[in-house]
Amino acid sequence: MARISLRVNNQSKVVEADPRTPLLYVLRDDLELHGPRFGCGLGQCGACTVIMDGKAVRSCSVAVSAAQNAKITTLEGLGTLEHPHPLQAAFIEEQAAQCAYCMNGMILTAKVLLDKNAHPSDDEIKQALNPILCRCGSHLRVIRAVKRAAGEPVSA
Amino acid sequence: MNSKISRRQVLKGTGALVVYFNIFDPVSQVMAQVAPGAPGEEPQAAALDSWIAIGRDGKVTVFTSKVDLGTGIETALSQIVAEELDVPFKAIHMEVGDTTKTVDQGITAGSRTIERAGPQLRQASAAARQQLLKMASTKLGAPVEQLTVTNGVVSVTGNGKKISYGSLVGGQQFHVQIPATGEGWDLKVAPDVHVKSPNDYKIVGTPVPRVDLPTKFTASFVYTQDVRVLGMLHGRVVRPATVNSKPASVDEESVKDIPGIVKIVREGSFVGVVAQTEWAAIQAAKALKVTWTTPEAKLPANADAVYDYLLKTKPFAQRPVVNRGNTDAAISGGAKTYEATFRWPFQMHGMMAPSCAVADVQGKKATVYAPSQGPFETRKRVATLLGVPEENVQVIYREASGCYGRLGTDDAAEDAVVMSRAVGKPVRVQWMREDEHGWEPKGPSQLLTVRAAVDASGKVVAWDFLDRSFPWTESGGQPLIASRQVGVKGEGQGALNGTGGGGDTYTFDNQRIVAAAIPWVQAEAFPLRTSPLRAPGDLARVFASESFMDELAAAANADPLQFRLRYAASNQRATDCLNEVGKLANWQARPAPASAASGNIAKGRGIAVCARSTTVVAAVAEVEVDRSNGEVTVKKVSVAHDCGLIINPDGLKNQIEGNVIQGTSRALMEEVKFDGSGIKNLDWASYPILRYEKIPNVEIHLIDRKEMPALGGGEPSIGPIPAAIANAIFDATGARLREAPFTPERVLAAMRTGTTSTRA
Repeated sequence: MARISLRVNNQSKVVEADPRTPLLYVLRDDLELHGPRFGCGLGQCGACTVIMDGKAVRSCSVAVSAAQNAKITTLEGLGTLEHPHPLQAAFIEEQAAQCAYCMNGMILTAKVLLDKNAHPSDDEIKQALNPILCRCGSHLRVIRAVKRAAGEPVSA
Repeated sequence: MNSKISRRQVLKGTGALVVYFNIFDPVSQVMAQVAPGAPGEEPQAAALDSWIAIGRDGKVTVFTSKVDLGTGIETALSQIVAEELDVPFKAIHMEVGDTTKTVDQGITAGSRTIERAGPQLRQASAAARQQLLKMASTKLGAPVEQLTVTNGVVSVTGNGKKISYGSLVGGQQFHVQIPATGEGWDLKVAPDVHVKSPNDYKIVGTPVPRVDLPTKFTASFVYTQDVRVLGMLHGRVVRPATVNSKPASVDEESVKDIPGIVKIVREGSFVGVVAQTEWAAIQAAKALKVTWTTPEAKLPANADAVYDYLLKTKPFAQRPVVNRGNTDAAISGGAKTYEATFRWPFQMHGMMAPSCAVADVQGKKATVYAPSQGPFETRKRVATLLGVPEENVQVIYREASGCYGRLGTDDAAEDAVVMSRAVGKPVRVQWMREDEHGWEPKGPSQLLTVRAAVDASGKVVAWDFLDRSFPWTESGGQPLIASRQVGVKGEGQGALNGTGGGGDTYTFDNQRIVAAAIPWVQAEAFPLRTSPLRAPGDLARVFASESFMDELAAAANADPLQFRLRYAASNQRATDCLNEVGKLANWQARPAPASAASGNIAKGRGIAVCARSTTVVAAVAEVEVDRSNGEVTVKKVSVAHDCGLIINPDGLKNQIEGNVIQGTSRALMEEVKFDGSGIKNLDWASYPILRYEKIPNVEIHLIDRKEMPALGGGEPSIGPIPAAIANAIFDATGARLREAPFTPERVLAAMRTGTTSTRA
């Protein structure tokens, strides 16, 4: 066990953990965050996505010790129920989910995309989100939500 | 830190499991004074207070055992209640799936929640409204006939007097008995109470946004996976490669260096680890050395062996779906006869969130948080497992990811119970991805044979359809993995994998449609667990029947849509769906296949129609087939959908889009691979599903039938998707696919031979 300092959603946190623990379990169990979700533990589905130093990474596959000096943003760090981030507002507007378990990965990956490319094409959105799995089949709505967040016209 | 105690626990004075988050809005402030019945009593269907409570602030709490599996049912049911009570939609709060607070309305499955639970809540709401009007009549000194209700406020026509629901009953019980007969799906509540005419609906039929999505998008929603209980430990299961293996030895020394292990739990064949942290539990479950016995009953060696087994084994149950005329005689006497056999593989539910549950077993009592489709069924199984009365077990539903049928979510509850009992503390069990892929019950494999005869004029005069399917080994009240591992015995050979979709949309002079369940005739249980998978059995049956209709149309050189309309003439709703989907897809009448174009990319369109219980769906798929490598891309799917009266058109469209995408995935890519030693797809790399790069566009036409009851929309529209795609591949290439999924290899093989030649 070791004392590990983390910078999560602009707050400094210190946890006691085995340094090899995947970041996901520290975020969920020690910091009580609900945004990053366990889906596979193998880096295959994207449910556990967090933004680390501007990149969308799989928190199930990053040791907490490797995240010590990074700036970490989870879904909680975007906006709140009362003041949602424009992306979250666009997902609500488009009703872009069913069970929404995968939407953490969708929204955070879209955030990284829009930060780099304010007006992505449909193909660029699909390419960026392609690694994130969704079993409910909400893909079309997610694409519309990302376009809406980018200020593009959205056809129903 | 907040503690949340159920109102019944307040009454019983029993200690509640302390959960340290706010699950719901603080309606309990208003609700706490509402006594739901005598202490210790379960909610009774005949008590109005079991269904609806109105707070002083006018908030309406609705109690239902129907659970939201991610389909938006909580929103739709809230619309029904708000409409019938004449209160604003936002006044409704649902208490969902807590066995101590709700009447058992049967499991949430089969797209039957709107159809069955909708009327139960509508009638209870109407009964409550009637009671409120009576009370208002006394309070305001005016006859009921002079009263109107707007937004939960009762007014007297003409004199301006008014009183709110909150003032009439807030914080108090109704103390009214209502008629209630039957149980579960068939429960009838206050059936004679007058309800609104659908023509007067203001909330039902509108695209009210989902109540859960804002919290889900901002991470404030609490999934089962997020439930944390004070003093909770973390459990992981340790499972063998196949169902019937037993632990011959467990080497506890193998994990002694992992800090934080609380206990290696062994009971019967059950092996699990409990630890103080998730990471310790994960490491220990992985490192624990277990020697497993080699089971006698092995899986068949491969898919061919499965289909051969299905063909040669006598069914234990056969259900005649349609039996009209004399099919055998008509086939013998036909001018021309046709026959084809179709194959459908085992497929996965493929839930995004591996199964999870939290249990706290204290002596003879247990509290379980689980994403169970049937909280009361889970309660019964847990009670049997623990050997305690059902009322000693409280099951509280919390949502997980979309499940699309019965699966490991129920198993995990039993795992958590076994481990919590072993350590005397609350335990959270989270299956790993390989547990989920390996042990989720699969959708059964099916072998389907269709025969038909036409007369001299080319009219189809006989239709003979036989579905041979493995049954569901994990359904009804069957004990699940942990129960069986600790010695609870299951009964019977399992339930039939559904019956619809074998050509029952059409009428032929002689017509026989039979669904048969094929038993597993070995001493040990079937090594590959099976259960209902979204629109159970329908995808395979519709794939077979609607591909075969397409073959008959092609043989008659007829347009596939016009050919179907001829035999669907007596089925108005199917006829309407076919015509509407034809318009939506700009269908031009011509026979299939399309004339070949030059180049590698062949384009085609295919149609299919079917009914699932009482909902009718027609779909047109437009595909591109790369002739060089056999790769199929579904470009667009058009759907015409008739589920009677529509409650929420946007929620319904959301379901249909999802059905099309999941159906495309199952048609093109999904097949459980196995050999005698176990399942081979234990992660997403080996069981790929459709991604953004291959998502089809979806266009939808909803047929709203205000004169009809509201019917299910959660799964019927997945039924015709594989058939429509197969027919589009035929239109594009002239190759007939008779085995799913339509992988590039199978498409190339079919293009070489004209069919996949799987004739059994």
